[in-house]
Amino acid sequence: MTAAEIREEILDILSDIAPDEDLSGLEDGVAFRDQLELDSMDFLDIVMELRKRHRIQIPEEDYGALASMASTVEYLTPRMKDMERA
Amino acid sequence: MPRDFLTGARDAYDVIVIGGGLGGLTCANLLGRSGHRVLLLEQHYKLGGLATWFKRPGGRIFDISLHGFPVGMIKSCRRYWTSEIADSIVPLRRIRFDNPMFSLTTTFDRVDFTRLLIDRFRLERAAVESFFERARGMRFYDDQSTTVGDLFESFFPGREDVVRLLMEPITYANGSTLEDPAIAYGIVFSNFMSKGVYIYEGGTDGLIARMGRELRRNGVDIRIRCPAERIVAEGRRVRGVVVRGRFIGARAVVSNASLHATLFRLLDRQQVDPAFLEEAESVRLNNSSTQVYMALKPEESIDESTGDLLFSSTARSFRTESLLGRDITSRTFSFYYPRTRPHAPPRHVIVSSTNARYEDWVGLPDDEYARRKRILMETTLDALDRYVPRARDRIEHVEAATPRTFERYTGHPSGTSFGTKFEGLKVSRGVPEQVRGLYHAGSVGIIMSGWLGAINYGVIVANEVENQLMAESRTRVPANDA
Repeated sequence: MTAAEIREEILDILSDIAPDEDLSGLEDGVAFRDQLELDSMDFLDIVMELRKRHRIQIPEEDYGALASMASTVEYLTPRMKDMERA
Repeated sequence: MPRDFLTGARDAYDVIVIGGGLGGLTCANLLGRSGHRVLLLEQHYKLGGLATWFKRPGGRIFDISLHGFPVGMIKSCRRYWTSEIADSIVPLRRIRFDNPMFSLTTTFDRVDFTRLLIDRFRLERAAVESFFERARGMRFYDDQSTTVGDLFESFFPGREDVVRLLMEPITYANGSTLEDPAIAYGIVFSNFMSKGVYIYEGGTDGLIARMGRELRRNGVDIRIRCPAERIVAEGRRVRGVVVRGRFIGARAVVSNASLHATLFRLLDRQQVDPAFLEEAESVRLNNSSTQVYMALKPEESIDESTGDLLFSSTARSFRTESLLGRDITSRTFSFYYPRTRPHAPPRHVIVSSTNARYEDWVGLPDDEYARRKRILMETTLDALDRYVPRARDRIEHVEAATPRTFERYTGHPSGTSFGTKFEGLKVSRGVPEQVRGLYHAGSVGIIMSGWLGAINYGVIVANEVENQLMAESRTRVPANDA
């Protein structure tokens, strides 16, 4: 998957987790927490969804990498580059 | 011959969950849903742990701990259980406070608290807003030296009435005190007091029945009356559980028993570092509770203006000490109107709860224990009379639970009804580092307590178990499924 595809995938997961949020104006460089009503369980749900969909394991010490869209994509790109988007 | 509650159980599972409290149930449900083979062991004859109820003749059902939870329950139930369960969660409209300092009714959300603090308590809006922001911004890895008392003193110096409004419900909800770390309060407060208080329509029995059905649908093997006797580990790796004299193997074991029972009763000390055990031994238990359950005669009713949840006290000031002692003057009344159980006979039921110390109740001779229980019931009826006039004439059934009752039904040491104090969280989280494949998901650290905390902790631990199982299956079988 390319960085752009990974971004799309994250948006898709976010729209499941926060169905009431408008994600169209999401700024990649700004923390999710500052733009969306996400709590720590929501972040855990992102982690669990990535494992379920792509068998990606994110250890707890790396959860900080999921702070914003830009940092999430950067973190996932090397881990997902050989995968096909479903 | 006695019935074998393990008939048909396998010799091995992917995961064994010890304890069917809300944390254990949720953990088992997620793991079952992911396709793992899960065995759930519950020592009691019904699931739910302290999320429980009991029935008495005449269609009366008393809930033990269904007295209000934060809005986050809706989201957690939808994601980790079913939308049917989430859709049955409804707000409580009238939360009342009545004490010598103030009497008021609130919807228990940030907007209404802000209004009250400004209009009734004459605080500056800026101070109120910054307090809410501070509480909301707290994370559990923040500094622990600031206490709840310090926090209040810095925002509302000398204002015992404000402290009482903001603290009494939290003390009731999770046993925390002014001496606990401010962050535990902040996390609970921002969950609890931002969007109101909610309850499960259908009662605890309805909730647990639905959870049981969902667990079975997800293939979880549920065994009641099956107290785990021992967690078996070898070389710091969990191997399984001994239950009813039988060894059952597992790749992972999740204990939803209390932290102390897990480490000191179920596990062999040899499997754990002495320093870790020492740290675990120093973890303080939270307090226990007493409850008085009262049912009105079928023809009697209570006006809904009486409130859903009433924090009542005749104590002139708010002191942690006075909330725990036996000569209690602070109690929380939960009023259950027929709408709580729309499909059951219309009954009005009241449950009074107080925090209590185990030491005050344990070891009493039978007659003295019975006498103190009677006093508890009598003083509760006296206090209730102010809100439900002629309460004694209109109530036909009264009984009481004490810390000893909680101990008996949950197996929790000292009958703790809110798990451990803050430091228990670190120990609980550290269990898998001691014994690979063993996890703890019980009430700890104040923030992982209560219905929502318990459910969410079950999710957090299920996530870790899944990581372990997945990592192991990768090493066993070459990853060729990408």
